[in-house]
Amino acid sequence: MVFIVITLIKTAIIAFVLLTVLAYLQWVERKVIAHVQVRMGPSRVGPHGLLQPLADVIKLITKEGVMPSDVNSFFYLLAPFLAVFMALISISVIPFGTQITIGPYTTAMQLTDLNVGILFILSVSSMGVYGIALAGWSSNNKYALLGGLRSSAQMISYELPMSLAIVSPLLIAGTLSLREIVNSQAGYNFGVLPKWAIFAGPFPQIFSFIIFMVSGFAETNRIPFDLPEAENELVAGFHVEYSSMTFAAFFMAEYANMVTVCSIATLLFLGGWHPLWPVEYGSNFVAPLILFAAGAVCVYHGLNPARPFDRYTLPVFGVVFFGLAGLMLVPFLVPVLMPLFWFLAKTGFLLFVFVWVRATLPRFRYDQLMGFAWKGLFPAALLNLLITGFLVALES
Amino acid sequence: MDLLFFIVFAGIAVVSAVNVVLQRHPIASALSLIGVMGSIAVLYLQLGAEFIAMAQVIVYAGAVMVLFVFVIMLLNAGAEVRRGRSWTAQLLGIPALAAFVGLVCWFFQRGFSNAGEVKFGNFTGGSAQSVGYALFTEYLLPFEVTSVLILVAIVGAIVLARKEMD
Repeated sequence: MVFIVITLIKTAIIAFVLLTVLAYLQWVERKVIAHVQVRMGPSRVGPHGLLQPLADVIKLITKEGVMPSDVNSFFYLLAPFLAVFMALISISVIPFGTQITIGPYTTAMQLTDLNVGILFILSVSSMGVYGIALAGWSSNNKYALLGGLRSSAQMISYELPMSLAIVSPLLIAGTLSLREIVNSQAGYNFGVLPKWAIFAGPFPQIFSFIIFMVSGFAETNRIPFDLPEAENELVAGFHVEYSSMTFAAFFMAEYANMVTVCSIATLLFLGGWHPLWPVEYGSNFVAPLILFAAGAVCVYHGLNPARPFDRYTLPVFGVVFFGLAGLMLVPFLVPVLMPLFWFLAKTGFLLFVFVWVRATLPRFRYDQLMGFAWKGLFPAALLNLLITGFLVALES
Repeated sequence: MDLLFFIVFAGIAVVSAVNVVLQRHPIASALSLIGVMGSIAVLYLQLGAEFIAMAQVIVYAGAVMVLFVFVIMLLNAGAEVRRGRSWTAQLLGIPALAAFVGLVCWFFQRGFSNAGEVKFGNFTGGSAQSVGYALFTEYLLPFEVTSVLILVAIVGAIVLARKEMD
């Protein structure tokens, strides 16, 4: 009974946080791309456009959902549901940190610790292609069909290097459970260099990390691999006929997939919640320092406002940052908050790389895309796996 | 609880399997087949074979059926047209089905009358480690032969699909 109540509470918290993160990820993306392109980005709704995601959600919910004529309505409505379901469910096996103890109850910061967690993620992500393929096919539109076909071909192709890149760190960790994979990366070489998979012996997994991230871009249909929705050829690709909440479902699925790929990269290659350098050298003070610096910057700009409303908004943010920094220093919260901070920091950085790449790189041509997967990434991943396997076998 | 889950997912598997045949549209049939694979994966999970369950979903539902759906979309196959049954099918269909089901029941009754019931929950043969160990020790030769077989199939597909070189 206690187990069920705890699980329900955890599910509610994780669902709420994840959906908020998905909404604000879109704000972050628009802001970052805007600043890369020397624009302002969203700035009208709320201070610095911070309420823009809320406005977007209200707009998407209240819009009329248009169903084009002659579509296969069952599959047309099933597709967005499938896409968003498969994208959201994979968060259930991702561990965010160590344990929380509240009174007599101790629970892991994770919904469920499957002993085949990483395989669960792979199987769910391989099912996600149905949403996109069905959407493209059932819309009764040639652009949508082309997008759906491209997406199926692309996702099948890039799943291979992705899976092969995942296997190499698994060989070093020797387990399939995500929590145990992270635990196997604890500790430091020479006292300072963390034993994350990208630094670990016998063969540092830096190559498979790069291969994983590149295939991650393709699996989530992001630039430079966003051929399924290439605007200047296919209008909007597989979701061209979708509007209102069904469109929002695809949008959410894309961002949820991004979050999943970044979390998996963090867990497998970047040591999950283990800090970059040992606690003895003060890694626990990084989070409060960063937050304190952010608060100080906010207060400074609030006192020297560039825009009229900055005088009122920025000090508020500053106080919030100071409060968070103080929270990170409370002794009995440190064992809970520090792993969470390091996990979120690494995942957030990878998400920023996703946005950064979108603002930087142009799109591939379709034959280049397929050639790159089969002639470039696949042999590289295979070679990496062979070397890793050989060295692990030699070591044991 | 175990029995409840078994009945639900076995039911889904059977209904989806029948649906594969009954559906008139190829895509609907293919999706029903995915339903069969998924519910069989759940049955594997109940037996404690997590690795087999996940491999079932990844390989069959995630890879093989995606290719099926892909090909159906590429061919743009429409809904099939039902024609009337031939008089032999109408006359003999139901009696032949009854005879077949009776024969299967009789066979199981004779062959497996002393078999115990399948135990759920304490089966320990399905972890990744035990599957891998069995594959690379006891079943090494069949495993390697299968991989060569798949290689032959790939080479054959490339030879068939290759454009003629001028």
